[in-house]
Amino acid sequence: MEPLERYRPLIDDFEAFLDACERPLSSAVRVNTIKADVDRVRTAFDDADVGYEPADWNERVLTLDTDSPGTTWPSMHGWIHGQEEVSALPPVVLDPQPGERVWDAAAAPGSKTTQLAALMDDRGLLVANDNNLGRLSALRFNAERLGVTNVAVTNQDARNFSLKPFGSASDAADDADDRRVEAFDRALVDAPCTCEGTIRKNPDVLDEWSLDHVSSVAGVQKGILTRAIQATKPGGTIVYSTCTFAPEENEAVLDHVLETEDCRVVEQDVPMDHAPGVTEWDDESYDPSVEKAARIYPHHNDTGGFFCATLEVGT
Amino acid sequence: MSGEETASDADDAAASGGDLRQNVGRRFARLPDTAAEREVEGRATREEVLDWWETRFGVEPTVFDEYTFWEKGAGKIWALAGDVVSPIEVEAIGMKVLRTRQEHWKPTTDAVQRFGRDATKNVIELDAEDARAFAAGEDLEPDWDGDWGYLIGAHEIAGGVEPIGVGLFTHGTLRSMVPKGRQRDL
Repeated sequence: MEPLERYRPLIDDFEAFLDACERPLSSAVRVNTIKADVDRVRTAFDDADVGYEPADWNERVLTLDTDSPGTTWPSMHGWIHGQEEVSALPPVVLDPQPGERVWDAAAAPGSKTTQLAALMDDRGLLVANDNNLGRLSALRFNAERLGVTNVAVTNQDARNFSLKPFGSASDAADDADDRRVEAFDRALVDAPCTCEGTIRKNPDVLDEWSLDHVSSVAGVQKGILTRAIQATKPGGTIVYSTCTFAPEENEAVLDHVLETEDCRVVEQDVPMDHAPGVTEWDDESYDPSVEKAARIYPHHNDTGGFFCATLEVGT
Repeated sequence: MSGEETASDADDAAASGGDLRQNVGRRFARLPDTAAEREVEGRATREEVLDWWETRFGVEPTVFDEYTFWEKGAGKIWALAGDVVSPIEVEAIGMKVLRTRQEHWKPTTDAVQRFGRDATKNVIELDAEDARAFAAGEDLEPDWDGDWGYLIGAHEIAGGVEPIGVGLFTHGTLRSMVPKGRQRDL
């Protein structure tokens, strides 16, 4: 818990925050609307005498009173997917539409990817990228189990992501071919991070914590978010999220791209209790617009911790 | 990451092993519409794929109206909702649905779960006990007077019949084809 002490000045009710971090999380699942609707899943759980409690902000997220949701029929059928409640937030905020082209920059193991696909009614093109081939095989397994058919999976370094495989500009392909992908309508950058917010699931997550690790991962985050802004159409939307509290990995990353790229932080609809982004940290000050970001602390909604911001690409 | 997010089926493991050795294994090509447009010998056509789903399971071709079909390597067919340029070098595109280029085409478990609800024949409805055994990968000896070959194993749940996976019926035995990573002890 010691690394969390540094956040005492940022958090209103710091003792409640620490208490919540020490409580384990119960097991949540997301209803996969590609294969079943919420009512049918509820009926299946009712028939099997498995209790459930829907999240008050999202009827598709259920907390189950079983520790092994994987041994239920709804799981076998791909009607549900184990996913922590707060981790279901960024795709909802991104709000992708059926028929759009959407990039999931750091997608494995695919919980948010498959949720994006469901929000798109499994139509349009969802490009799910990750640099880790092993974790990508977990993503592919999850996507197929959940019946996702609108996804293309790529294995690239997101910082230098190339659209060349999709027939973009430099290719000799026919200019008029509307199957080519030149840019995305939306992108999710659910960035690799120090994962402090997952402490309720992984109590060991802070064992390896160091300021050096924070700085090095922040460099990667800036690189991925920069590429996402460049690969998204003018006026397009990007959601930047992490499961960590460190301003170096959150507001400082936004502040960086606000200076280097043509984009702005915009108001977002966050249906969970949260605090605003911080503009002052450790002798640094950030662009005032980063206040529009959301910091979700474990004591707010009795979930894991998260950070979520919405950017609009300049027109 | 929860426990259910880590498994991988043996097919996939073999495929990615191949990918590491030769990049050509990541190249997907769109199926030609008809035999007249076929450029690669032995490659299935869209027409044949639609015809196979209709002949074998009674799935109407219109179910696949918005889909394109892709082959990677020899005989593995993927279904994509929508379209992209062809050929395309990526790790995966849509869902692996079918193995062709053998005498009997074989659908994947994930494909029959996704498209098997529209099936009107060669669906074997299992009782609760058999359904559990089938999902666990066990062989069954069901009463079945219909066709031999690949069947869709299904059961009644929450007000409807839902496909579980693929079974191979021969000589009175239904062998569950549910891959190891998808098997469950329910």
